[in-house]
Amino acid sequence: MGSAPETKKLTQEQRIAMVQEKKRRTQRLYLTLSIIGILVFLLIWEIASDAGFVNSRYLAAPSTIFKLFITKLTDPNPDGAVLGVNILASLQVSLTGFFLAIIVGIPLGLLMGWYGGFESFVRPIFELVRPIPPVSWIPLTIVWLGIGLPAKAFIVFFSAFVPCVINAYTGIKQTSPVLINFAKTCGASNFTIFWKVGIPSSLTMVFAGVRVALGNAWATLVAAEMLAASSGLGYMILMGRQFARPDLILLGIVVIGIIGVTFTAILGRVENRVLGWKK
Amino acid sequence: MDGKKVKLSLEHISQSYVLNNRAFDAVQDINFDVYDSEFLVLLGPGYCGKTVLLNIISGLEEPVDGTVRLDGEVVKGSDPRIGMVFQKTSLLPWKTVMENVEVGPKMAGVAKEERRKTAQKYIDLVGLQGFEKSYPTQLSGGMKQRVGIARAYTNSPEILLMDEPFGALDAQTRYSMEEEIQKIWQSEKRTIIFVTNNIEEAVYLGDRIVLLTNRPAHVKAIYDIDLPRPRDTVSPEFLRIRKEISDNTDLAL
Ligand SMILES: Nc1ncnc2c1ncn2[C@@H]1O[C@H](COP(=O)(O)OP(=O)(O)OP(=O)(O)O)[C@@H](O)[C@H]1O
Ligand SMILES: [Mg+2]
Repeated sequence: MGSAPETKKLTQEQRIAMVQEKKRRTQRLYLTLSIIGILVFLLIWEIASDAGFVNSRYLAAPSTIFKLFITKLTDPNPDGAVLGVNILASLQVSLTGFFLAIIVGIPLGLLMGWYGGFESFVRPIFELVRPIPPVSWIPLTIVWLGIGLPAKAFIVFFSAFVPCVINAYTGIKQTSPVLINFAKTCGASNFTIFWKVGIPSSLTMVFAGVRVALGNAWATLVAAEMLAASSGLGYMILMGRQFARPDLILLGIVVIGIIGVTFTAILGRVENRVLGWKK
Repeated sequence: MDGKKVKLSLEHISQSYVLNNRAFDAVQDINFDVYDSEFLVLLGPGYCGKTVLLNIISGLEEPVDGTVRLDGEVVKGSDPRIGMVFQKTSLLPWKTVMENVEVGPKMAGVAKEERRKTAQKYIDLVGLQGFEKSYPTQLSGGMKQRVGIARAYTNSPEILLMDEPFGALDAQTRYSMEEEIQKIWQSEKRTIIFVTNNIEEAVYLGDRIVLLTNRPAHVKAIYDIDLPRPRDTVSPEFLRIRKEISDNTDLAL
């Protein structure tokens, strides 16, 4: 080793470009792996059904489900509605309940966590209602509201409402006392501190709550539609059972799964936007 | 101390808490005056009640007994004339450096242009120009404390309380921060009450040092430090004062 090896001096931009390229390459690799994972899963499923390992009365092949998906886009048989109508019906119910839960639950939790007097007033009622499983409200809501949108939206609302309240409450309770003290030394009023310090501090927990709420809303929706509905994805699944059509059941499940994933992704986007400072 | 104007006075300040059904004194009958524009250091061992005392001065806590007077008037509750740099980082993590520094005037309803100008001035003063858009998580511990100091100054308080602002920093950063806080104080004359448990830091920075005892804290002695600034930490005079105070200090529990 006579002469020193020539080290390349990279400019700042080149180095940044290199780091970014590396990150992008890793991301691309992970995306490819995820897609391959899904494809392998579908392939095994397809082969298992086609080769007759599983009786087609119990499990439909992915290709059959896909064919049914195309048919169901225009054909209302056997459950009485085309797929689009079922999806819309389900979305309407779940989103109504979900957004109501957010609009009512988060402010309630935040106020409860910040104002001691309000907490003492509301908390006992909330604690009484909280452990009741949402599904157990179904018979009563049918009596009250029939089987229309309001009945199901109420049940969905209830299931999404509880995590919204609890997380907003816990989140704002965890506001760092130093931050509160700092705002006080600025002469801020209690409401200003609630608004400018308490609420932003609670947001991480609030988002976690919304995530749970979304999952609950979607899960409860299907239960509600299986018990009290005349259309919707849950209803379609129920009909699939009555007509012994596993492909219909599976189509319902797959669509529910895909919509759920889409919602979670959208929520993730919103969260990244709002909590961008965490990175 | 003729000719010096008393800015703040503490009269018979005591504070107690109830812990496990027993009364527990944190601070006991503290009396001293703080002069206008002076750099006063509160020196005391760990847990002796220094933070409690600052909380009382800043109005965050109400003492069980005693009064705090600012310009002769009793202080009740938080007062924008008294600002604080906290012991623990107290930056709003969801706000950038600039937004953190301007938050005080913003809450007071100062127009954006004006408060940005003031904020920028102090950001420059603490040497953070170029980091205005960074978030606290992207800063080092020393930088965060600088933001805290810039923020406190931007509020333009008449008295600045600093609670061991450099306690969590490494020795090297600490020295340079001590030097800087002294420069800032010399260019922006404000009354500063600076809490520390480090004797060298106290002698390096203080016009006067109020030495506190172990808990419950009360005033053990007050030292006038007449050395010229910036002080030479190895000069015989500096070392003599340092030893004198050190010999008189209670050991931390
Ligand atoms: N709100 C409170 N309730 C009960 N005890 C408290 C409260 N605040 C402080 N104390 C107690 O008072 C004592 C003094 O606390 P303080 O925080 O003032 O110490 P300190 O001198 O600032 O110590 P350090 O140098 O570690 O910051 C401690 O024993 C602490 O546990
Ligand atoms: Mg302390």
